[in-house]
Amino acid sequence: MPARLLPRLLAGCAVVLGVVTLSFVLLHLAPGDPAAQLAGPAATPAQVEALRVQLGLDRAAPVQFVSWLSRAVRGDWGVSLATGRPVARMLREAWPATALLVGLSLGLSYLVGIGIALRQATGPRRNDTRLSVLTTALFAMPAYWLGTVLVWGLAYQFQILPAFGAAGLDADFLPPVARLIDGLRHLALPLLTLTLLGIGGAARFVRGALLDVEGAPFLLAARARGLPEARVHWRHLLRNALGPVVTLLGLSLPALFSGAVFVEGIFAWPGVGRILILAVLARDTPVVLAAVTVSAVLVVLGNLLADVLRTWVDPRLSHA
Amino acid sequence: MPELLRDGRARFGLAVLIVVVSIAVLAPFVSGRDPAAQGDIVATRFLTPFSTDPAGSFHLLGTDRLGRDVWTRLAHGARISLIVGVLATLLALTVGITIGTVAAVAGGPLRLGLLAVTDFALALPRVVLLLLLAALWRPGGTLVVVVLGLTGWMSVARLVYGESSALLARPFASAAIALGASRRRIILRHLLPNTMTPIIVAAALGIGNAITLEAGLSFLGLGVQPPAPSWGGMISSGRDSIVNAPWVALAPGVALVLVVLACMLLGDAIRDRVARRAEMVT
Repeated sequence: MPARLLPRLLAGCAVVLGVVTLSFVLLHLAPGDPAAQLAGPAATPAQVEALRVQLGLDRAAPVQFVSWLSRAVRGDWGVSLATGRPVARMLREAWPATALLVGLSLGLSYLVGIGIALRQATGPRRNDTRLSVLTTALFAMPAYWLGTVLVWGLAYQFQILPAFGAAGLDADFLPPVARLIDGLRHLALPLLTLTLLGIGGAARFVRGALLDVEGAPFLLAARARGLPEARVHWRHLLRNALGPVVTLLGLSLPALFSGAVFVEGIFAWPGVGRILILAVLARDTPVVLAAVTVSAVLVVLGNLLADVLRTWVDPRLSHA
Repeated sequence: MPELLRDGRARFGLAVLIVVVSIAVLAPFVSGRDPAAQGDIVATRFLTPFSTDPAGSFHLLGTDRLGRDVWTRLAHGARISLIVGVLATLLALTVGITIGTVAAVAGGPLRLGLLAVTDFALALPRVVLLLLLAALWRPGGTLVVVVLGLTGWMSVARLVYGESSALLARPFASAAIALGASRRRIILRHLLPNTMTPIIVAAALGIGNAITLEAGLSFLGLGVQPPAPSWGGMISSGRDSIVNAPWVALAPGVALVLVVLACMLLGDAIRDRVARRAEMVT
């Protein structure tokens, strides 16, 4: 299996490098002067110039890129223009929150999505149509709107969940169990939003994969042998449809991550997406560059994971 | 077409789209007001739906924090959403079809290169790229169209490449090549007409996506700039008053979900119908 994964790993590295290069070029093409921005409106031209030299912004773009890259590889990601904090530390603190949110929601939405899709592919046709409209409607919902509606309903109307943040103001003073519960309560709304959106996509994908397998002769054979319908569904239908589903799971990661950016933004969830939005609005270029890189790395890692999972789900692949 | 109308999803999708497009086209007529006109802020802010303000004008969907009529803004916002969605999708289709067909027709390094670029672009989270582009240049309608178009072509390119490669292996394509048809003729007369249906399906889904993302950019303040009414901007400003005036954020969201749902269901219906026809032929 490692031999099969090696080219994927190299391709993943190439994608990350490509993303970084593209972002760097775009940041360079864009109007605006980071040195002037960092120096502030009161700075004299001489001060701005000195800062430019200090930051290395006076050098040619390729030189800057190589030096940024070599520092980035060693873990030095520069300093945020907006907050003055080291970028590496900001992202080190942020990425677990994003990985937790996206990972949990991916798992949950596929669990529920597979359940819905099984009902659709094997149940009566009217059921299928109704559920299709439901999942498509979920798929069609923008993350920031669904989040807003859920906040309105669950946080303000019924007041059962906190509306934003990752911990209550008193979290540091709570005993461990209460602190965990506080954390879970804060996780609930962002996770629910992202999962509901994910269910829409997951059920649509899985339904397609199930219908592709539905006509296969081995299902007819299984039914002819008199196997109970439930066993046919779980062992024969679903098992054979899982391969493409896992691949789609990997492919849907970028979309899920896109949703997470908005969800983190509106729920003030302290992840990479929120950092990206804030940095973009503040034109904080070092942070933008770093957040884009980290999100590309997370997506590539997720895809690799899907690849490993796929060989596990479909052992035939490891013999191919 | 009549066959398509037997599908409930297609009927729903077409009906919603026809209504929304009519409202967008007739926006100045369905509501006589100016979408940016602010009323007397104290007397007309946050009026509930179906209420009449002191000046005697009726507000079907109420007013927002500046006393602007939500229905009027919704109708004018439909124009922006639809125009941006359609133009961005057209741009994405143009780029995607070009890259897809060229990759299918050309062999060797050009094909590999184009497919690699497509896969690379497909691996990026689209919103990350959108944020990057929208933040760096001055926000506005044209930028949003270009940015959405340039981040939405990949799936079309993959689709067109797959379809075109399959078509090139069919006897009629071989016959055309054997008869000495030019590449240009093969592309224009043999490949494109036969890939039209999947392209239409992809376009329907693409418009839905583009409308959501345009609203998303406006939601973050990176899209069409205020006071121009856009659905995303309306949701964003309505979010602050979600507790005492939920209709300001709910109305544009419902409109958005309806339009996107209509596009997707219509696309699904067309795709299923084509699949069924293909089954009958083979």
